[in-house]
Amino acid sequence: MLRTFRIGGIHPPENKLSAGKKITALDTPKQVVIPLGQHIGAPAQAVVKKGDLVKVGTLLAKAGGFVSANIHSSVSGKVNKIDDVVDASGYRRPAIYIDVEGDEWEETIDQSATLVKECALSSKEIIDKIAAAGIVGMGGATFPTQVKLMPPPGNKAEIVIINAVECEPYLTADHSLMLEKGEEILVGVSILMKAVNVSRAVIGIENNKPDAIAHLRKLAADYKGIEIMPLQMKYPQGGEKQLIDAVIRRQVKSGALPISEGALVQNVGTAYAVYEAVQKNKPLFERVVTVTGKALTSPSNFLVRIGTPIRCLIDAAGGMPENTGKIISGGPMMGKALASVDAPVCKGSSGVLLLTREESVRKPARDCIRCAKCVNVCPMGLNPTLLMTATEFQNWELAEKNHITDCIECGSCSYTCPANRPLLDRIRLGKGKVMGIIRARKS
Amino acid sequence: MILIAVISLGAIGAVGAVFLYAASKKFEVYEDPRVAQVQGVLPGANCGGCGYPGCAGFAGACVKADSLDGMLCPVGGGPVMAKIATILGKEAGSTEPMVAVVRCNGTCQARPRTSTYDGTKSCAIASATYGGETGCSYGCLGYGDCVNACAFDAIHINPITGIAEVDEEKCTSCGACVKACPKNIIELRKKGPKSRRVFVSCVNKDKGAVARKACTNACIGCGKCAKECPFEAITVTNNVAYIDYTKCRLCRKCEAVCPTGAIHALNFPPRKEAAPAQPKEATSGATSQPKATAVKEAASVKPEAAPKATMEDKTSLN
Repeated sequence: MLRTFRIGGIHPPENKLSAGKKITALDTPKQVVIPLGQHIGAPAQAVVKKGDLVKVGTLLAKAGGFVSANIHSSVSGKVNKIDDVVDASGYRRPAIYIDVEGDEWEETIDQSATLVKECALSSKEIIDKIAAAGIVGMGGATFPTQVKLMPPPGNKAEIVIINAVECEPYLTADHSLMLEKGEEILVGVSILMKAVNVSRAVIGIENNKPDAIAHLRKLAADYKGIEIMPLQMKYPQGGEKQLIDAVIRRQVKSGALPISEGALVQNVGTAYAVYEAVQKNKPLFERVVTVTGKALTSPSNFLVRIGTPIRCLIDAAGGMPENTGKIISGGPMMGKALASVDAPVCKGSSGVLLLTREESVRKPARDCIRCAKCVNVCPMGLNPTLLMTATEFQNWELAEKNHITDCIECGSCSYTCPANRPLLDRIRLGKGKVMGIIRARKS
Repeated sequence: MILIAVISLGAIGAVGAVFLYAASKKFEVYEDPRVAQVQGVLPGANCGGCGYPGCAGFAGACVKADSLDGMLCPVGGGPVMAKIATILGKEAGSTEPMVAVVRCNGTCQARPRTSTYDGTKSCAIASATYGGETGCSYGCLGYGDCVNACAFDAIHINPITGIAEVDEEKCTSCGACVKACPKNIIELRKKGPKSRRVFVSCVNKDKGAVARKACTNACIGCGKCAKECPFEAITVTNNVAYIDYTKCRLCRKCEAVCPTGAIHALNFPPRKEAAPAQPKEATSGATSQPKATAVKEAASVKPEAAPKATMEDKTSLN
């Protein structure tokens, strides 16, 4: 019997249309727009100015605080301007516009495809290199990786868990990466193990990817301490706390960090980025993005430079279908509908999903029938209907008492509600409010 | 037999009565009778506009307070505060009537849609999700969080413009809509003499060209109004002008120079001198302006006239 997390969870249709498609590198566009805030935490501070010539991998912006990340150029060319851009959310954020000229890389980057297995660096040096490369959590949370590798005093990682679950329907970016860059990922994992000084790592993969499991198992025989663990399929297994429960059967306490249970969770894409940063001196300026949708001519996995407009990705996958109703950045469960297709690809963009008009229709919400399906599926063991009501009536004490801040915003409650109630919409709002109240109380 | 029952029950009753009387004396909580009196004259809407938890809280605070300065029931306004002052034998603080103002004029025509939102109809949720259906991420979303917050039915979404509009007759300036608006568009401003007021009806902080592209009625931060203002009431910060209502003398010079019509002047009589300002008068007229009185006043009153004089003029006309 394969493992999975113990509380709640749902089984949405997989729809992995682009599974098994080779990763193809997308041509660089004429202009890229690189936002300064692509991660959780403070936005980066620009270190280039208008008219500067940059190469691929040139530092564009320095981390703007402890929880922040460097940002590098993904193309070579000239800085056109530093101005606001409408990002995926429709709000304007500062970004660096670069006009592309040729494709000249920084000399320090090793562009060869040879695999470099040995890493003689110390833990500190590895973390510094990761910080310099501007690596963030590639699963979508975009938390700066170097911060995660330096746990708060009193905590010590015992195990590295690699999140290769990819439980979101449609997305196949991690899957294709595992099939094509298996060795590199394993080297990346061993570097991460060295960085936090642990001897055991588990790569958790859902068993809807048997080819990736078999491939990595074969390769992992040569790497000490790395285990491949197939997991039963269930959404949201890619949630950090759910994965820890599935793999090492420990539950992270309410409000605590995963490191308190000795687990350091990193995405498989992050492990690959760590390999490239440490062994090849290559900062994070490109990533694999799944472009998918039932009406799309050719759903694909692209290797995309950060800052490429999403429009280019859709064009490369066969153009926008006639009856597109909604374009989502990310997967269908946790992704966000795009306000504009001119928004750039960021470090956390794992996919672009085009839903048809029929698929994207929201059914009208009806009254709660107290069936408690949402309570059954909540992977955090919360009571979504109560939290939704508390938010609606602005009863923040009730919401806080019922652990609204533990919500991981997976959307299982909204997905399962037979009355189509927008549970997560309200809970997310309430969570933000309650977090604000808690912050205000502390200061 | 009956007698025994009557006597014994009577005795139990008497003992109980004595006990209850003693207890009520012993544990009596003194309450100032004036609190109940004050609460009696308050409107009882429990809107919280005064800053206290409901009318009872405000009544208690009034009784305790040394002076009534700064204490105001926005719903009852001056008359209610005067009554409270007589009950308590204190001076009523000076009160300036305020009114909620929606600072957005991005109508459906002026602000074309760039996307469609089909999520929960709530401004707070929509604005947490994304910038909004138009190119302007600062403007009114029109899902009516302010309408739901208003206890006096004084704010509504105009179905034609898609923007919230305040019914100034009903508005009590309790500030519930100001708190409810996630975009911080609504502001409490001085109601002004005869409800006349001038304000910048836009909060778009984008640069001029961007703001203009998103909405033809947007403030582009050009600063013409600030230069024109003889009273230094206008400041332009973050590409948007703001009129300080404590300094504004309602001369309406700014309204005339605004290239986009973002400055609104409400409840003024039509200008005598012709042309440029005329179309804007039409828009301001749409917001519940008592037209008949405006025309009457226009005959005799200059816009700059002091409020007291206009009051006299009005009575003489009537």
